[in-house]
Amino acid sequence: MTEMVYGAVPIQAGEPILPKWWRTLDKWSVSCVLLLFVLGLLLGLAASVPLAERNGFGNFHYVQRQAFFGITALIAMIVTSMMSPTLVRRLAVLGFACAFVALALLPVFGTDFGKGAVRWYSLGFASLQPSEFLKPGFIVAAAWMIASSQQINGPPGTLISFGLCMAVVMMLVMQPDFGQACLILFGWGVMYFVGGAPMILLLAMAAVVVLGGIVAYSNSEHFARRIDGFLNPEIDPTTQMGYATNAIREGGLFGVGVGEGQVKWSLPDAHTDFIVAVAAEEYGLILVLVLISLYAMVVVRSLFRLMRERDTFIRLAGTGLACMFGVQAMINMGVAVRLLPAKGMTLPFVSYGGSSLIAGGIALGMLLSFTRTRPQGELADFLRGRGRG
Amino acid sequence: MIRKPLRPLARILDARAKGENPDSIERENLRIRHEEMQAKSRHRAEGRLLVLGIFFLCAYAAVAGRMGVLATSEPREPVAAAPGSVIAMQRADIVDRQGRILATNFETHSLYAQPPQMIDPIGAVDRLVEIFPDLDRERLLADFTGKRKFLWIKKKISPEQKQAVHDIGDPGLLFGPREMRLYPNGSVAAHVLGGAGFGKEGVSAAEVIGVAGVERQFDSYLRDPANGSKPLQLALDLTVQAAAERVLDGGMRLMNAKGATSILMDVHTGEVISVVSLPDFDPNDRPRPPTSGDDPSVSPLFNRAVQGVYELGSTFKIFAAAQAVDLELVNSETIIDTRGPLRWGKFLIKDFRNYGNALSVSKIIVKSSNIGTARLAQQIGAERQQSFMDALGMLEATPFEITEAQGGKPLLPKNWSELSAMTISYGHGISTTPMHLAAGYAAIANGGRYVSPTVLKQNGPQLGSRVMSEEAAEAARIMLRKVVTEGTASFARVPGYQVGGKTGTADKPKPRGGYYDEKVIATFASIFPAHDPKYVLVVTLDEPSIIAHGEERRTAGWTAVPVAAEMVGRLAPLLGLRPQVDPAEVTDITLTSN
Repeated sequence: MTEMVYGAVPIQAGEPILPKWWRTLDKWSVSCVLLLFVLGLLLGLAASVPLAERNGFGNFHYVQRQAFFGITALIAMIVTSMMSPTLVRRLAVLGFACAFVALALLPVFGTDFGKGAVRWYSLGFASLQPSEFLKPGFIVAAAWMIASSQQINGPPGTLISFGLCMAVVMMLVMQPDFGQACLILFGWGVMYFVGGAPMILLLAMAAVVVLGGIVAYSNSEHFARRIDGFLNPEIDPTTQMGYATNAIREGGLFGVGVGEGQVKWSLPDAHTDFIVAVAAEEYGLILVLVLISLYAMVVVRSLFRLMRERDTFIRLAGTGLACMFGVQAMINMGVAVRLLPAKGMTLPFVSYGGSSLIAGGIALGMLLSFTRTRPQGELADFLRGRGRG
Repeated sequence: MIRKPLRPLARILDARAKGENPDSIERENLRIRHEEMQAKSRHRAEGRLLVLGIFFLCAYAAVAGRMGVLATSEPREPVAAAPGSVIAMQRADIVDRQGRILATNFETHSLYAQPPQMIDPIGAVDRLVEIFPDLDRERLLADFTGKRKFLWIKKKISPEQKQAVHDIGDPGLLFGPREMRLYPNGSVAAHVLGGAGFGKEGVSAAEVIGVAGVERQFDSYLRDPANGSKPLQLALDLTVQAAAERVLDGGMRLMNAKGATSILMDVHTGEVISVVSLPDFDPNDRPRPPTSGDDPSVSPLFNRAVQGVYELGSTFKIFAAAQAVDLELVNSETIIDTRGPLRWGKFLIKDFRNYGNALSVSKIIVKSSNIGTARLAQQIGAERQQSFMDALGMLEATPFEITEAQGGKPLLPKNWSELSAMTISYGHGISTTPMHLAAGYAAIANGGRYVSPTVLKQNGPQLGSRVMSEEAAEAARIMLRKVVTEGTASFARVPGYQVGGKTGTADKPKPRGGYYDEKVIATFASIFPAHDPKYVLVVTLDEPSIIAHGEERRTAGWTAVPVAAEMVGRLAPLLGLRPQVDPAEVTDITLTSN
């Protein structure tokens, strides 16, 4: 009897790493991510050709680069997902510290590539955007702090993580990079929410946001005009939004055909911010629905797996990573269909971009590591007679 | 809430009695409490994670739904509607003082192409080039066969051209409705009207905006739908304007001038009945502004009446005389020493001819003596002269309501010294526009009150502040009449109309300093009818030169005056002034009776 009980516990000293990894991994999520990456390459074949032509490279220059970065990212993801949560936490906190310093030094050593915002380090063959690497690191570090504050006699981690969050947000706003700043803020907010934020505080915050919006709408003409423009059903066809909307309409259900799309020639950000428009035009609604369901699958599955998780840190960190991944995709696609006001944000794993791909791979690797099946002490509960509830 | 103590006394004592370590009890209790807390937070987190999951599902469903709605809706032609602003269609008309149309709107079409829709691009290009010979065949061919999805071919086409393009029958050639600005009188009053162009453009509509003149100055009024398309009424009289342009154009050619301008202004209301600047242009087909490097005043777009800043010469002398009379320093018969040359430091002031040792003030104006007016200016003094010029509006750009007028800032001496005062008294050292001069003469003509020149129709007199006494203005008017009857402007004797005025011939300044010997600006500023002036007419010719009596003549008396006289003769009847016919002597009347 005793032996049978112990045998049921999945931890075995001698179990080899790979079988254990494969057995405990969320295979659905991994498949979704792989599919997303393949779709990203497929869309890159269409969307990055005009860019390559403009910059005087071979037609598929950017696809090759994307494939190279993508494979690096996939390797990073798999390696990260094999680590234990504790190791992930340690490395991530270290990585966060490095990225934080790199971010702080951007005004000194960074370049803006003539785009007006200093966000990159130029490494010659490629450029590095520290804020991309900072995001997963920050989530893990903040989750660690919030979790530690829930120990009896623990440090005031929530407060510290909030201060850290504000520091990062300030630095990002200075660049300026409002998109990333919003993502960081959102990630922290979600963890605070799941980590047990008082309901009253949440309601008060919601009220403040609504009130602030109303005040801004009635007092600031600029803000009001932007909102009116967004709510206006008529859209100026010469804006990016107009092109994107028209492209989606042109595409219809099954698209105009591979390589036949036109919107990529008109939109400067067709390979990043508006890649969904390219997808919709060339492959139609079908592919877009597939894309959406892949993202939804990763996010929702991860969240449901995390519901079973008993370790506060793992639960919080996983939630932050999954939500950030999900909301980034959501904003990108929401902008393309004009559900949200225009905001530059890449589509994770699909948009072109080395930093974003590799950082995304690391983040998803962490998420996969956190969502791996591990003993949750259900049996102990059962034996103690407490069970669930 | 009752909390379980971490160290329950009973158990501690019990453990102590048994010789066990009581700390383990505390540790155990701490562990249990911790687990309870964890379980509680886990249950809360479960609920909240569920909320998050549902939120994401809903959000993705919304994106997918919206995508589906978009994908199944029909793609549309680009519609020009910038968020938050609508293109106001009807632009108000502009009419003259009698209500005749000067500018109106006209329905027309623009022509654009969508090369992907074209059946036979090459054939279409050939036909298009036949219809519009100014199109570049090679470029059009490249556009039609290249990657462009959309291009404008013509912004405005006529109905005949539209029909011809329609007959090509290519589905890739499309028309967009356009409202264009039409100036039915062609080049008449071109400089006042200015012109209009397209602002924001879409396929189905385009915004018409004023680019110059009244169209630009009153752009917001003309576009404002709240005015209900109520036309903008100008002070101009179309008939008078057209006649003035015709006569001035003839005069300019006759006098071999390279440019000319005339202003006809009502002396009581300040209404500008006619303002001409030649060469002119057709506002329906406004020429491009000159590129940098050229002298802007060469362009037909240049409005000499309000933008041309010239030294207007002896026409200014009447102001010195009028002010001297107004200050009661002199009267028109006071004798002034005119022995020349007048020396001031190293400067010499000379007359055109020697007019003798002494002249009365009236004769100084009639003969146009520089020395005499300089003496008057010395008596007046620089300060009083400056404030007099200010009262006449000579120190600021004219308030004339077309955008170009703001550019006509007078050039003034940096330091208004006594020498400046002397030269300014005969119109040198101060450069103003003909419009300034017209306003100054209007003040003399209406009895000494300033009127500001206006392009808009007024109801009744708009007399401003008093500049000089009625007596001084009266004396100046008599002097101006004498200039015509016995002085330099003898050509201005128009049968039936009494004209008074003053000539002015000023050497043109070189761009790098100094003056040309053989290039002049000849001006005649006149008032009529001289006994009770109603109108001011200023005529300025740029570089006139004629041969008369075997001599090359450039002075205003030989050039600007005859042109002005012809204009008065033509315009006065149009203005409703009756000629004064001298009663013919009754001769040879035979009374018959039977």
